[in-house]
Amino acid sequence: MKQQELEKSKEYKYGFTTDIESIRAPRGLNEDVIKFISKIKKEPKWMLDWRLKAYNRLQKIKEPNWQKPKYPKINYQDLYYYSAPKSAKEKPKSLDDVDPKLIETYEKLGIPLKEQKKLSGVAVDAVFDSVSVATTFKDKLTEKGIIFCPISEAIQNHPELVKKYLGSVIPITDHYFATLNSAVFTDGSFVYIPEGVRCPMELSTYFRINASETGQFERTLIIADKGSYVSYLEGCTAPMRDENQLHAANVELVALDDAEIKYSTVQNWYPGDKDGKGGIYNFVTKRGACRGKNSKISWTQVETGSAITWKYPSCILQGDNSIGEFYSIAITNNHQKADTGTKMIHLGKNTKSKIISKGISAGYADNTYRGLVDINKKATNARNFTQCDSLLMGNKCGAHTVPYIKNKNFSSVVEHEATTSKINEDQLFYCNQRGLNQEEAVGLIVNGFCKEVLQQLPMEFAVEAQKLVGISLEGSVG
Amino acid sequence: MLEIKNLKASINNKPILKGLSLTIKPGELHAIMGPNGSGKSTLANVLSGKNGYEISGDLNFKGENLKEISVEERAQKGIFLAFQYPLEIPGVNTNNFLKTSLNSIRKAKGEKELDTLSFLKLVKEKSSELGIDEKILSRQLNVGFSGGEKKKNEILQMKILEPNLSILDETDSGLDIDALKIIAKGVNSSRTNKKSFLVITHYQRLLDYIKPDFVHVLSDGKIIKTGCSDLAEELEKTGYKKLN
Repeated sequence: MKQQELEKSKEYKYGFTTDIESIRAPRGLNEDVIKFISKIKKEPKWMLDWRLKAYNRLQKIKEPNWQKPKYPKINYQDLYYYSAPKSAKEKPKSLDDVDPKLIETYEKLGIPLKEQKKLSGVAVDAVFDSVSVATTFKDKLTEKGIIFCPISEAIQNHPELVKKYLGSVIPITDHYFATLNSAVFTDGSFVYIPEGVRCPMELSTYFRINASETGQFERTLIIADKGSYVSYLEGCTAPMRDENQLHAANVELVALDDAEIKYSTVQNWYPGDKDGKGGIYNFVTKRGACRGKNSKISWTQVETGSAITWKYPSCILQGDNSIGEFYSIAITNNHQKADTGTKMIHLGKNTKSKIISKGISAGYADNTYRGLVDINKKATNARNFTQCDSLLMGNKCGAHTVPYIKNKNFSSVVEHEATTSKINEDQLFYCNQRGLNQEEAVGLIVNGFCKEVLQQLPMEFAVEAQKLVGISLEGSVG
Repeated sequence: MLEIKNLKASINNKPILKGLSLTIKPGELHAIMGPNGSGKSTLANVLSGKNGYEISGDLNFKGENLKEISVEERAQKGIFLAFQYPLEIPGVNTNNFLKTSLNSIRKAKGEKELDTLSFLKLVKEKSSELGIDEKILSRQLNVGFSGGEKKKNEILQMKILEPNLSILDETDSGLDIDALKIIAKGVNSSRTNKKSFLVITHYQRLLDYIKPDFVHVLSDGKIIKTGCSDLAEELEKTGYKKLN
């Protein structure tokens, strides 16, 4: 048994559970639970009304089921919608007041929060189940007028910004999971970069699911005011459990004139065991609006975890000359499934978009790229380039590419390139003959395959992501 | 160094090597010549441990039974194969590949891994020694390399990894005379009384620059004739047919 546990922890080293006393909302989804969440977060009435509006809408709509990976019906009345460590009931004033158990948890995850050990050049917001437990480098950011705080704090302290932008990119009526999130969202990060400010460090949120039978409904809102720049990164992990847990996040980005947002994700939720038991359902809505002219939003995602990943980080290119980018690596091993891609909606003139997607399947996994390039009538001289490459390992996995192109403007140029290849036995032999073992060889070849995307990650995380790419595929070549 | 006795190898039930025996002592350079389809590349593959062959007979390297050792362990123990068709690996920087390779071999030998700076110094030294343009090393591994560049890259790897037994599988094919000289220089400058070579070639041309201790003729999976370097010259004149 011990040996087995050891083997298991080698597979997914973030799979531990923190034993901590927590406060939960009553089980199930109803108005009272939403009122409970809103009350515990000390929200103003307008926020509760907003949530209830979303809840009412939810009653009228159905869960979508057009996606490739199917899953057993989720009983939404069986979940907990709020869970937070008791010690975090009153948000700690400083890091010294944070429960040492939580500090220890994040340290174990490689995210030191204490002053002396903090990652230099990276400000971190640490979200544990339904609450943010700590945010680093707050003072330094405040000096520049940058707001980086949990969204629950922003609702209290910056209501004018939240009211103006929350739901402005993903309306509460958008679709089932976005609406569900709007009703019950718990925590996530809020970022505001003032006009002309270049954020001096990477901003990062680390999401951790700990409690069982609990859904995590993260809500993140990032606003880059005119001429500003910010690079933001999120990471995520969860304990190993036999049950499937739901993570349904909404992330909204707004870039005004000449502003740029670079949003990177390293998603490493628990993927389930070798036989496909357990793991996170990662059903996420991420959307950015390039609202101003010459604005730019760039999504980079490295998706290695989750039982099912279902998300399309998208860009609405409203401003003239605005640019949207999507760089993606999706790795699925064992019984993991992914249906991911992007939507690039060209509305403004001279808007440009670029999509680079690298899908890797191993074991019995199934990996789908699904993407939409939509060029509106008024989007004169719009340009898109899409490249989708799939790599297969073994003969029991699948790779699919489903591009949709809607073009209503004759002056636009749309390009789509796609390749599917199998990892080549001869390449492996060549590497082995140079002294590399099978896992090193696979790691090397796959990292080479993903290079264009890995290059987009902030330096501090690129090395980590490279290692993760190798680890995710361990044992996939016989 | 290497002792092969009655080696038989077949692929998909098709016999290719049919009882080959060969002994290579430290410091010796053996050339193997033979017509197409005689089993030359199979011998190279079997020695380096490529999958897919059914093998019988004895295969000993430095006193160890090679049949029980994986491809990467053979490489770590000092067997190097210069590929006839070096593989392209997109996105992988050549220098990075070489460094990973060198360090996994050093690690297996219990030596300290080289840091980037000392590695780059070593590469610079070896490539200028061979007259190879360093620029190819910052490109993706073998991607877009010309045939000559690929082969030169193999020889550079051989120089850096310093194997005990180097197997050159038709490294000379398709090379112009300048590239051929670089390959020969790489081999000649590596020869010591401890290092051995097995040079597989179609043509006598390479042997004008590399003087073998022995020349073997491989035909239909067996060595049918062994001689000194003048055997190669004879073959060039008469062809393989006469030997059969």
